[in-house]
Amino acid sequence: MFHTILFYFFAIVLIGAAIGVIFARNPVHAVMFLVLAFFQSAVLWLLIEAEFLAIVLVLVYVGAVMVLFLFVVMMLDINVEEVSGGYTRYLPLGVLVAVLMVTELAQIIWLRSTPGISAAGFASTPDGYSNTKALGAVLYTEHVYAFEIAAVILLLAIVAAITLTMRKRPGLKQQDIAAQVAVRAADRIRIVKMDAVKPDTGSEP
Amino acid sequence: MIFGQFSPAAPEITLLIMICIVLIADLFVEDEKRATTFWLAIASLAVTAWAVLASAPDAHTLLFDGSYVSDALSQVLKLFAIGTVAIGFLYARDYLRQNKLMKGEYYLLGLFGLLGIMIMTSANSMLTMYLGLETLSLSLYALVAFDRNSATSAESAMKYFVLGAIASGTLLYGISWIYGITGSLQFDGIAAAVRNDAINSMPLWFGMAFMIVGIAFKFGAVPFHMWLPDVYQGARTPVTLYIASAPKLAALALILRILVDGLGELHVVWQGMIMVLAVLSLVVGNVVAIAQTNIKRMLGYSAIAHVGFILIAIFTGSQDGYAAALFYTLTYVVMAAGAFGMVILLSRKGFEAENLADFKGLNARSPWFALMMLFFMFGMAGVPPWVGFFAKLNVISAVLNAGFPILALIMVLASVIGAYYYLRVIWYMYFDAAEDRSVFQADIDTRIVLSLNGVAVLVLGIIPGWLLTLCINVIRTVY
Repeated sequence: MFHTILFYFFAIVLIGAAIGVIFARNPVHAVMFLVLAFFQSAVLWLLIEAEFLAIVLVLVYVGAVMVLFLFVVMMLDINVEEVSGGYTRYLPLGVLVAVLMVTELAQIIWLRSTPGISAAGFASTPDGYSNTKALGAVLYTEHVYAFEIAAVILLLAIVAAITLTMRKRPGLKQQDIAAQVAVRAADRIRIVKMDAVKPDTGSEP
Repeated sequence: MIFGQFSPAAPEITLLIMICIVLIADLFVEDEKRATTFWLAIASLAVTAWAVLASAPDAHTLLFDGSYVSDALSQVLKLFAIGTVAIGFLYARDYLRQNKLMKGEYYLLGLFGLLGIMIMTSANSMLTMYLGLETLSLSLYALVAFDRNSATSAESAMKYFVLGAIASGTLLYGISWIYGITGSLQFDGIAAAVRNDAINSMPLWFGMAFMIVGIAFKFGAVPFHMWLPDVYQGARTPVTLYIASAPKLAALALILRILVDGLGELHVVWQGMIMVLAVLSLVVGNVVAIAQTNIKRMLGYSAIAHVGFILIAIFTGSQDGYAAALFYTLTYVVMAAGAFGMVILLSRKGFEAENLADFKGLNARSPWFALMMLFFMFGMAGVPPWVGFFAKLNVISAVLNAGFPILALIMVLASVIGAYYYLRVIWYMYFDAAEDRSVFQADIDTRIVLSLNGVAVLVLGIIPGWLLTLCINVIRTVY
């Protein structure tokens, strides 16, 4: 019972956030609504005991991808009126996609409710079962080769990106850390000896 | 061996370690002394080749829960890939230095690409194959865009990247179908599942068709060849040399492992698709090459025609055919490396010898290198006694043995058409007056290796026996 209440609560917030993404006038608000939507779906995943996916969704999408989105939105400086103007133009396409999705959902629900075709629910897992641990056990044994190659691809992507973008321009302001560390107080401040001058107090009363 | 239970995978592990060493060492090398990086890269290749010879077993050995396989085929392909990459690095060195492109990243990306090729040749599961392909493709995309100041390089890199991404997506879609139907990612598991008639059905063929499209894209077979001439022309010549040589070995591994290892039972189904690709490649490649005035583009179309030959050899589905495909690929790679090496040799600072007219009167400038170019062109055209003749002869005899005389006829006709544009280069070299008379600037070691490369094309043609025996033995132990 409590489980069901939780599900409906988070599902309603999720739908609300998704609607917010579309209707928000300010693109930054839309991105924040999207963050909320991702967070709610992560909770839904927790409810069906997919802890690993839930954590990854928060870490990767909320933590990394959405921050990038925010950066892009802020850098592009999108005009609010322009964005909201296209709403009616894309409405027919949106309705078409919505109808398609509703049909597909209805078919899946119909398929699941037909007896004999599919199982009633998720297979229950034994107590103390952790799917993070199970994934890790497979990832680092059976699929270790593929995992390592994926790491190599990431390294390659870094090298390729730097090759294509890094350039040495003349007059570039760069830090020389060794020089910064080796600097002495004497190089920075020069103490100048001057004769003491008595301030002119004549104007003061 | 030093890697204990992982010693069959020693070549890949060694190469990765060496890549990391080159990556770090290159940071501390000043631009003027970039030759250090070159020699480090050559040393990495030598160490890797030693690891292949010393540690990778000939016999069929599985590792990493069956996602890695070491056998005679992977060994031969790896050794040839290492050799051609080393030759390519050497040819590229003077060109890069003269054009102020001597950066460590060229060698680094080349080594990464080689790692991808080696992963592909040793892949025993679709996951490993795909990851190897991506490693190779990513380094190739970056290599094509390597010269940042050239707009054509950037354009062709973009084209290559977009089309390559579509091809990868197509391949992955096919993989997902086959995995979904057979329930296995490993080629032996797929082969076992396919024997069951309930599985061997329309949906499986559907997935396979997508995989063949992906493979054809990577091979550059017509009608999925659009990227190839543009990339060959747009990339700097050393990069074109790299793309034209070693990755063809990986493409051969891709098609042999997937279609023969995994889906060998479906031979009757994929035969038709491969035949259409092969015949179209033969005809379109050879005919369109005639109209080219840019030699890099011409060699690109010629590569498409050669792919047609390789695909026809695989189409036969016999051991003879696979051995012929292996022989053809190995010798083609040697000839392609040499031909692009000649284009590099004729280029110099600020001048790219990429037009056919730049070869005019080469005989007057350097009789020896004109002779070498003649070797490469005769080799590619398939004139006896150069090695290309035996490669083509093997394929044609395999096709005749399999009982397809009309295909053999098409191949002969296509070769005759192809001979025209190869001979035209020779005509330019010997019977036309030179337009520029500048002296070649290549170092002595480059000249020696290029000469050896040319002589190899002739010597392999005169005594092809050992390589042919090697190919037949390799195919026999594997299939």
